[in-house]
Amino acid sequence: MNKAKDAILNRIRTGLGRGRLSADAQRSLVEGLAAPADNIVPGRVQLSGPDLIREFIRMTTGEATTVSRVESDEDVPKSVAVFLREHGLPDSVVIAPEETVSHLPWEESGIHVRPGRAEKDDLVSVTPGFAGIAETGCFMLVSGPNHPYTLNFLPENHIVVLKRNRIVPTPEEAFDLLRKEFGPGNMPRTALMVSGPSRSADIGTSLQFGAHGPRRLHCILVGEQ
Amino acid sequence: MTTNCLSFKKNAAAALQDDELQSVLGRFCDARHQNRRDGVSRLPEFGRISDQAVEMKNHALAHLDFYLETFEEKVHEAGGIVHWARTGAEACAIVDDICQSMGARKLVKGKSMVTEEIGLNNHLTQRGIQILETDLGEYIVQLRGETPSHIIAPALHVSETQVAETFRQKHSHLDPERSLEDPASMVREARLVLREHFLAADVGITGANFLVAETGSAVIVTNEGNADLSQTLPNTHIVITGIDKVVPTLKDAATLLRLLPRSVTGQESAVYTTLATGPRRKKDLDGPDHFHVVLVDNGRSKALGTPFQDILRCIRCSACMNHCPVYGCISGHAYGWIYPGPMGQVLTPLLLGLKNAVHHPNASTLCGKCREVCPLKIPLPDMLRSFREMLFRQKLDAPSTRLGLKLWAAVATRPRLYTRLAGWGTMLLRPISKLLNCVGSGRTLPVPEGRTFQQLWKKYE
Repeated sequence: MNKAKDAILNRIRTGLGRGRLSADAQRSLVEGLAAPADNIVPGRVQLSGPDLIREFIRMTTGEATTVSRVESDEDVPKSVAVFLREHGLPDSVVIAPEETVSHLPWEESGIHVRPGRAEKDDLVSVTPGFAGIAETGCFMLVSGPNHPYTLNFLPENHIVVLKRNRIVPTPEEAFDLLRKEFGPGNMPRTALMVSGPSRSADIGTSLQFGAHGPRRLHCILVGEQ
Repeated sequence: MTTNCLSFKKNAAAALQDDELQSVLGRFCDARHQNRRDGVSRLPEFGRISDQAVEMKNHALAHLDFYLETFEEKVHEAGGIVHWARTGAEACAIVDDICQSMGARKLVKGKSMVTEEIGLNNHLTQRGIQILETDLGEYIVQLRGETPSHIIAPALHVSETQVAETFRQKHSHLDPERSLEDPASMVREARLVLREHFLAADVGITGANFLVAETGSAVIVTNEGNADLSQTLPNTHIVITGIDKVVPTLKDAATLLRLLPRSVTGQESAVYTTLATGPRRKKDLDGPDHFHVVLVDNGRSKALGTPFQDILRCIRCSACMNHCPVYGCISGHAYGWIYPGPMGQVLTPLLLGLKNAVHHPNASTLCGKCREVCPLKIPLPDMLRSFREMLFRQKLDAPSTRLGLKLWAAVATRPRLYTRLAGWGTMLLRPISKLLNCVGSGRTLPVPEGRTFQQLWKKYE
């Protein structure tokens, strides 16, 4: 199919009225990719500290995500237990096999956990969040050996455990975290930004939750208040 | 790929007579105007971000060859394969080859206008492969054997009752006595039916809202999460999209993401924004083993260096059609192909050829609302005007239109004659309007003042 590629690139160059870019021009574009200029970002999220956290919570709850707050990691299972009770859900959950979640004292709260990917009949999943984005109320969730992607979509109830210090103002700053932690230009297979439960308005233009993904999205925010 | 563009007038007349469609359309457009207004008012920086987006997209298009090749390199580094397709037929053949080589029998597909454009479903069905739409609206449209009437809300034209009827008819394996009385029960049913298909599919196909050259990622935006299931559960993920979708960096994608959902539903962000880069990594517990991207030209590169280049900035937000007084009266099917409304009126003649879409340039009042709401500031009315000139030059418009235009030009280029005739016309219109208003036709004609602007100017100067 290289013939098709060459033909398309040639057509593009002819349309633009030039030949192949010079080596200099290409170099400056490569430099531009490595150091892009700053974006105009909303003034609304130029916040820090508790204000930033409040804005994140305001935005994500506005998208029908529920939020509970705990002081430390050890409190997470208790908070999950409350969620399960409130919604009449069984006490077994599938969790991301990542230490920050899998090493928690689940049994103390009477919760059976299975670390791994989600299967068809799983009702509840618990995963760590990579970052929170205050501007949109989105969680950034990345896939990886300890972060199976199916956990974010198959179960009807999804609980994200997010550290308070992982909340950033804008998507740009979440991307910076990706660059820092995965290396520049490297990405996990999927980096997902999710703001709330799955929804659709395709039938009678009426908004319905749980179209394909979770019906409920719950966030447990960890850190001193 | 079937088109019905040349029957535009007939289609439009039928749509105007369809009371149910009219009421759905009215409500839909009103809601979308309000949503967009609210969304834009929550972002005081909207205008500046929009300017930045225009500049960025212009830059990306001016260096399109470079960014596409960079994107390809990055996909390759991540373990994926990029395919290039000059035409729709080539793109279909590429997907077909991938499917055959995997022995794939069942495909699930997220919403993708490019696959509609190239007629992928038909092609694969004929090759014995089952292909299922998973966006709820697309699924409904597919079950009914129709085409989307809106690029974001494909089943806009289908009423709740019709969806229930379709589900009863097509989901014949389910209990016929079950209740389907409200949208909630129908969404639940579709979820259950489609979930089984997701779990059984061999290949997942999605479109892409943007491609990121910096990282080799495809950015896909949905509210349902169907694109995520499509690209996670099957063993192969194929992204099919236009060559115009590439942007340089993640930051640039962030800029467009501030404009896209906001211009549609007023949302700060879609529920799911997914950056997909390559196949599953070595130790990942899930995700596809194979990742392909098919870059489709299909006529897009022809727009470069022409008065229509700016249409390649389009991010398919649908704001132009939601605000178009013509779309608001006739809906998407009347346009006869998959891209309706103002963006479609430019894209359709570009991709299919002007002679196959001769009514498109004229199906507009040129009121300018589309340009006003376009987050990428695409001068759609100017482009429609350019097409009108081309229609005339290529002798593609109706003989009566040509004769009328020639007569008008003959008068308009002779100022004295024009002034005299305009004076008579204005004088005559006064009694005619009055007479018609007396006879009564249910509507009242405005009665002209009786003198032309030039006459009044002379008098009061």
